[in-house]
Amino acid sequence: MEHRSLPATLLVYFFALLLAVVILAPLAWLVLMSVFPAGQLTEKPLEWWPQTVDFSRYVFLLSQADNSAGAAFVSALLNSLKVATMASVMALVVAIPAAWAVSRMPQVGWSLSLVILTYMLPPVALSVPLFMGLAKLGMLNSVFGLALVYLSILAPFTTWLLKSGFDGIPKELEAAATMDGASLLQTLRIITLPLAMPVIATSALFAFLLAWDEFFYALLFTSDQRAKTLTVAIADLAGGRVSDYGLIATAGVLAALPPVIIGALLQRALISGLTSGGVKG
Amino acid sequence: MKLFIRSILAAAAMGSTMLSAPALAETKLNALFMAQAAYSENDVREMTQRFMKANPDIDVNLEFVPYEGLHDKTVLAQGSGGGYDVVLFDVIWPAGYAENGVLVDVSDRITDAMKSGVLPGAWTTVQNDGKFYGMPWILDTKYLFYNKEMLKQAGIDAPPATWDELNEQAKILKEKGIVEHPIAWSWAQAEAAICDYTTLVSAYDGSFLDSDGKPAFQAGGGLEALQYMASSYNSGLTNPNSKEFLEEDVRNVFQNGEAAFALNWTYMYNLANAGEDSKVAGKVGVVPAPGIEGKSEVSAVNGSMGLGITSTSKNVDAAWNYIVFMTSQEVQDGYAKLSLPIWASSYEKPEVTNGQEELIAAAEKGLAAMYPRPTTPRYQELSAALQVAIQETLLGQTSPEDALNAAAENSGL
Amino acid sequence: MSGDRLTLRAWLMMTPLLVVMLAVVGWPLIDTVRLSFTDTRLIGASGNWVGLENYARMLTSSRFLETLKTTTIFAVGSVGLEMVLGVLAALLLNQAFYGRTLLRALLILPWALPTVVNATLWRLIYNPQYGALNALVTQFGLSAEYQSWLGEPGSALIALIIADTWKNFSLVALIALAALQMVPREITAASLVDGAGPLARFRHVILPYLAGPLMVALVLRTIEAFKVFDIVWVMTRGGPANSTRTLSILVYQEAFSFQRAGSGASLALIVTLLVTLLACAYTILIRKAAGSAN
Repeated sequence: MEHRSLPATLLVYFFALLLAVVILAPLAWLVLMSVFPAGQLTEKPLEWWPQTVDFSRYVFLLSQADNSAGAAFVSALLNSLKVATMASVMALVVAIPAAWAVSRMPQVGWSLSLVILTYMLPPVALSVPLFMGLAKLGMLNSVFGLALVYLSILAPFTTWLLKSGFDGIPKELEAAATMDGASLLQTLRIITLPLAMPVIATSALFAFLLAWDEFFYALLFTSDQRAKTLTVAIADLAGGRVSDYGLIATAGVLAALPPVIIGALLQRALISGLTSGGVKG
Repeated sequence: MKLFIRSILAAAAMGSTMLSAPALAETKLNALFMAQAAYSENDVREMTQRFMKANPDIDVNLEFVPYEGLHDKTVLAQGSGGGYDVVLFDVIWPAGYAENGVLVDVSDRITDAMKSGVLPGAWTTVQNDGKFYGMPWILDTKYLFYNKEMLKQAGIDAPPATWDELNEQAKILKEKGIVEHPIAWSWAQAEAAICDYTTLVSAYDGSFLDSDGKPAFQAGGGLEALQYMASSYNSGLTNPNSKEFLEEDVRNVFQNGEAAFALNWTYMYNLANAGEDSKVAGKVGVVPAPGIEGKSEVSAVNGSMGLGITSTSKNVDAAWNYIVFMTSQEVQDGYAKLSLPIWASSYEKPEVTNGQEELIAAAEKGLAAMYPRPTTPRYQELSAALQVAIQETLLGQTSPEDALNAAAENSGL
Repeated sequence: MSGDRLTLRAWLMMTPLLVVMLAVVGWPLIDTVRLSFTDTRLIGASGNWVGLENYARMLTSSRFLETLKTTTIFAVGSVGLEMVLGVLAALLLNQAFYGRTLLRALLILPWALPTVVNATLWRLIYNPQYGALNALVTQFGLSAEYQSWLGEPGSALIALIIADTWKNFSLVALIALAALQMVPREITAASLVDGAGPLARFRHVILPYLAGPLMVALVLRTIEAFKVFDIVWVMTRGGPANSTRTLSILVYQEAFSFQRAGSGASLALIVTLLVTLLACAYTILIRKAAGSAN
């Protein structure tokens, strides 16, 4: 460890503190707003700490009473969960064989490059035909239809992540198994997939986070509680029509919880997944 | 004869409900509303509960979006077979909806009792080319709200009757230090700004389109209206944040005691005057939006909305039953605090008028003066162009003349 | 097994992915190209062939150029800030200090926050009448009056850039930090002995290790910034006076609000072409950077 002078050390702590404040202040404010008592958020001058802690908005948004605003919010939450899970699973199903194939037989790699290049396409460039196509198939406003569309984002990304994961598993292990008379499927099942489990899990989480975050397609292709996702529900709340800012904040906190928890718990895995492609160049 | 037709219709309605809904199978309706001005989300949910109680065979799913999403959502859902059955629509959309066949023509279903009972002005909401595309539901215009206590403090006896008077009174209030920015408007880049602008256009006796359907707002009343907005904004009498306000922001500012005057819809009256979170409860006055000397007594925009059935609905009869229930006099009279009934005789009923006599008085004049926004299938484009013209003028980027000329060019007309 | 059969097997395993991508990307893209030469409306009868008319109208319209400018400012501003702040944060977190592990853990939070929630949060913070930012600057005496942050053309775009930067600088920081941890200790130590100053040390010793990963982050973030829709939609919807209207918002307006699917498609393809050109330029840069680093 290099030696640091006292001023340099102080400077490091100053900036560390600054960084912590920059990261935490907006988040803390979001959480605080959600528990401010009604009316206190429009007081002037604004007080930074709630006079009493009010959890009623959480109760309101999570209430299950028939045909209530809470039920609508909960259904959006469930829809987000369904779409993200479905899309992630489907993405893995198509991505695992493809990623393995490219990793082991680079001569088909160009097709993956082509697939990854589609990441550049803005969703608006696909949205009109997708809208018309889904309409024809009767899959607008359906969780499954939305999950299918999400594959356009998730599949290239997961394939790319998985490919670099498979690259890290020595070919020799598979070759040894084949020599022992195992079929390809057996080899994959017994040797490769267990070894690739960490990267598969990371890819699944990434896919889930991407799908959870998606807004544009959900805005266009869903219209009511049967398929509307959380991001759209929140944008509706924030559209300037809700006068209780605390309620908007509460919805934000609830929507942020799953990804934030995933992020916090699996930070190491996510970062290694994120950087594997980048660092290896 | 009338009675005969009505009974046939009633029988037909009953028959159809029985046909389309055998005892066990439920008819599912999807209805699209807005979470905004007029009836609150809670009101709509309550009314719908009552409907479902009375019609156990029909199940209504409610969907609420911000006003800004209402048009696009309706049009987009048109592509999906299982979209909405019942949609709320603004007075300006029937032309475009008719062109695209979004709504079912319900002219045959409108009874004579409806025709004679509903205020004539309300019908314009749902009509296009002589056809009816639904039932009017929200009868609304923008009123001038004022804070009685502030006016009293400033020694002002009566609220303004003209737009010039509004400026004079606001000036007094500002100079006496009673309120920093006396007037609040909803001038965000949104339809809300067009409603405020239209109110002023009606005051200045302007017009949006000429007889050939070409833009005419660049001169005369249309221009004067924008000039008024700009001068009010530049004088500091108007809250400068008005340029990013929507209706709920205006309400927040007004009921927080930070504005003496505000232009807003009916719903603000009882929320600000009797709402729990209002700091000006009991001090709210309401009058029709003022006029211009020699041109108009009062001014008003037609901000009414109707309920219609989408052409993709598979349950047209059930949907119509629902609409008839939601727009019925009995239901509307019971929820008259945030939105006033479409029925003429309601305005004489104590259950409607009690506790809001001032609002009713303002409504009588305001509703009669309602001025329409232009009727054109390209309304969305025209509106978008005008919104930008208003904002550019307020921000001082261009003169009112140039802004409106550019809007006329970009309006798609 | 022969090479041919191996290749065939590889293609078989690629098939599900390729079929899916063809269905949800390939076909829609081709259909967008077709639509862009027609005057198709979103709903109703299919349109007529109009040749290049949509393109001609779009490319010459002032709203396209304005929107392109706005998008470019947003992309350059937010990505630039994210890169600089991200690298600085990573350099800081590569130092030894108490609480470093915790701070590293916190770094992932902004990135994990959903984009729409982030936009909503900042919209509340910027609220002209009751927002936290206005309360903060007035209570600290930085300004006497509340400002309309999202209501002035000048500040609205900056406000958007800040909101976007807050969320995404953490991604850059995470990538840069991971790269920094791969710099061998001995090299930094050796350069210290050589008496290199901190700047020279960063430029010649550390940067080569960062260049590759940062380039990838730069490309990804720039492409995303050019496609930006969510944050603008939630915070300003393109206002005031269209000063924050980005290309994606313009396409949405054209194709969905105004229902001109044909000209919306042509605009979307122009955007696609721009993003592709940008990505190509970057790729060339990366190749060059990689070449000089080795």
